[in-house]
Amino acid sequence: MAEEKKQEFWRWTESNWRNPDIKWEDAKIVSAGIDVGSVSSQATVMTDGQIYAYSNMRTGSDSPESARNALNYALEGTDIPESRIDYCIGTGYGRVNVPMADRSITEIACHARGAHFIYGPEVRTVLDVGGQDCKAIRSDEKGKVINFLMNDKCAAGTGRGMEVFADLLSVPINDVGERSFEVKEEPEPVSSTCVVYAKTEATGLLRKGWEVNEVLAAYCSAMAERIFTLIERIGIEEKFAITGGMAKNKGVIDRLMKIIGLEAMKTDWDTQIAGAAGAALFGYALVQKGKGRKK
Amino acid sequence: MIANYGYKDGSGDYFIAIDTDKCDGCGKCVEACPAGVFEVVDEDPNDPFREEPLIIVVGDKRKKLKYECGPCKPPTNRPPLPCIEACPHDVISHSW
Amino acid sequence: MIIGGIDCGAKNTKAVILKDGDIIGKGMALTGFDQALAVKESFDAALKDAGIEKKDVDKISGTGAGMEDIKDADIKVNEVKAMAKAANYFFPSARTVADVGAEMGRAAKINEKGQVIDFAINEKCAAGAGAFIEAMARALEVKLEEMGPMAIRSDKSIPMNAQCTIFAESEVVGLIHAKTQKIDISRAIHDAMASRIVAMIRRIGVNEDIVMIGGVGLNTGFVHSLKAELGIGEIYIPEDPAFGQAVGAAVVAKEEA
Repeated sequence: MAEEKKQEFWRWTESNWRNPDIKWEDAKIVSAGIDVGSVSSQATVMTDGQIYAYSNMRTGSDSPESARNALNYALEGTDIPESRIDYCIGTGYGRVNVPMADRSITEIACHARGAHFIYGPEVRTVLDVGGQDCKAIRSDEKGKVINFLMNDKCAAGTGRGMEVFADLLSVPINDVGERSFEVKEEPEPVSSTCVVYAKTEATGLLRKGWEVNEVLAAYCSAMAERIFTLIERIGIEEKFAITGGMAKNKGVIDRLMKIIGLEAMKTDWDTQIAGAAGAALFGYALVQKGKGRKK
Repeated sequence: MIANYGYKDGSGDYFIAIDTDKCDGCGKCVEACPAGVFEVVDEDPNDPFREEPLIIVVGDKRKKLKYECGPCKPPTNRPPLPCIEACPHDVISHSW
Repeated sequence: MIIGGIDCGAKNTKAVILKDGDIIGKGMALTGFDQALAVKESFDAALKDAGIEKKDVDKISGTGAGMEDIKDADIKVNEVKAMAKAANYFFPSARTVADVGAEMGRAAKINEKGQVIDFAINEKCAAGAGAFIEAMARALEVKLEEMGPMAIRSDKSIPMNAQCTIFAESEVVGLIHAKTQKIDISRAIHDAMASRIVAMIRRIGVNEDIVMIGGVGLNTGFVHSLKAELGIGEIYIPEDPAFGQAVGAAVVAKEEA
C-alpha cells in the first residue's frame, strides 16, 4: 500500500559542516557548545576559538538525546574523538539537560558572544528570534551583555508562530519570505496579536478573496511590528545583528529593518549556530582562565 | 548589565529590570516580596565571569509576573512596591 | 413583556426569549464567517422554541463580539454589563461572575443589584479562553466533549510550563511521547487554564457567591479544576451557561424599557 507522506511545510533544512582549513591535532584547547532549543539544536566544536565543525538540526522530544544527536552530527565526517573536547558548555532552553556539558550558561550570554564572533566587534544590538522565544540584547565591543530582554511566554513574534502560519497556508517555510513580497501592494498587518486568533483572521481573509501571498505579507508585517515593540524597550544601537532561525526569513526581517531604519549586518555563517558558537567560546575562555577542567 | 525578566503577551508588557552592576546579593528584596518572586544566586546565569552573588527572578514566576505581582499593584492608590522600597542600591524597577 | 436577547459570540451565536422575566425560548447557531446569518438563524430558532413570532417580541437587545451585526437590535448592551445582570438573574446572591467563552475570558465584581463594581477582561490571548481547550483536544486527538470527563478521572497533578496555546500544543505532544496518560494530560490542561482564569478573578477580588457563565462552564473538568484552584466549595452555574450573556442582554433591555 503506497502511503503518501503529508508534506510538512514547517520543515527547514538540517545541516552540518566541517572546516577544511583546520587540523584539530594542532589545537591547544578544544571546546564545544551545545544549544538545545525548543525547536532546533546546534552543536559547535571549536579549536582555539575557531569553528572546526558545527551542526544544526531539529530538536527531538528528548533534550539529552537531542544534545547527543547534535554533537554526533557535528562530529560526523570528522575524525576528532569526542574525548579530545576539553570543555563543553550547554545552553538554550534544554541547557540543564545536556549530559556531556561541564556547565550551562544562558542563551542570552551565548548569543551575545556568538553574534560577536559571527558578525564582528561592531555589533551592539543583537536580535535573536528562536523557535519559542524572542530575545533582544545590547552588548559591548567584547560581546558581553549590557542589557537584555526575552519573551518566551507568547508565540506571537517567535519561530513557532511563523511555522503555524506556513502550515496553515501550505507554504514551505523557506519560501515564506520571498512570496510575501510577491504582492501588488503591501497590505495592512494582521490585527490579532495572538497566533491562534491570527489564524482565524487569516482564514477569514482568504475567504474574502485575499491571495495567499497577501496574507503572508500581512502576517510578516504584524510579526515585524511585534518584534520591534519588544526591542524598542531596551533601545537599539548600531550595529544591529540578527541571530537564530528568523534571520533567514526575509519577509519578517526586511520589514523589521525598514521599521527600525537601519541595515542589519551580514554574515556567511549560519545564523542559527550563534548560541552554540558563543557557548563554545565561553568554554574556550573558561579553560584559558584556568576555570575549566582541562585534561 | 540590566537583566529584564518577564514577558509580553496580548495584554501588555510585564518586565522586572534588575541592574546587576548595582546588586550585591544582599537579599532584602527576597524578604520583602510577598510572592517570592526573587531569589539570590551565587552564579549569574547570564555572566559566567561574575564573582559576586546577585538576585534573579525565580524561574517559575517569570512567565506569570502580572499575576504574581498583582496583589502589590492595585488599580488605584498604588503604594510603593515593597521590593523597591527594601533595596538599598536602586537595583529593581518594574515596567508596569 | 417579551424581550429577545442575542449574543453573537466568536464561535456560537445564542438567542433567548424572555416573557415577563421567564425564559420561554432558546436558539443557537454557529457564528462562522457570516454573522448576520447566524444572528437570524439563532433568533428564528429561539422564536420557534418559544412558539411565537418575531412581531410578538417587544424589544431585542444585542451583545457579544459580533454585536454590530445584530441589525434588529433595539439596544446594544455592553458585554460586561450583560454578564453582571445575567449572574444576578440566575443567582441573586452572586457577587463575583466569570464568563469564559470560546475566545475570551472575563470576570466582574458585582453588587446585589447586578451592577458592575470592577472587572477584568482577556480578549487577546487564546490561553485564557475556550480556544485553549479546543486546541489541546486536537493535540490529544480526543473529542472536545471528552476532555472534561477525562480530566476528572485523573488523580495525578502534572504542571504545565507553557502559558501559550501554541507552546502548550508542543508540550502536550512531548508529554504524549513520554507516555504520559491522556487523562493526566487532560487534567494538567484544565488545571493550567483554571489557574489563569483564577488569576484574573483574583484581580477583581474573590467574593462569594461565585457564578460562572459561558460555554466553557459546560466543561466539568474545567469547573472541577476551577473549584480546586479557588479553594471554594461551590461555584454556581446556570443550566445552560452558554446562554448566559444572551439572558443578561435581555435583562438589561427589560430594565431599561
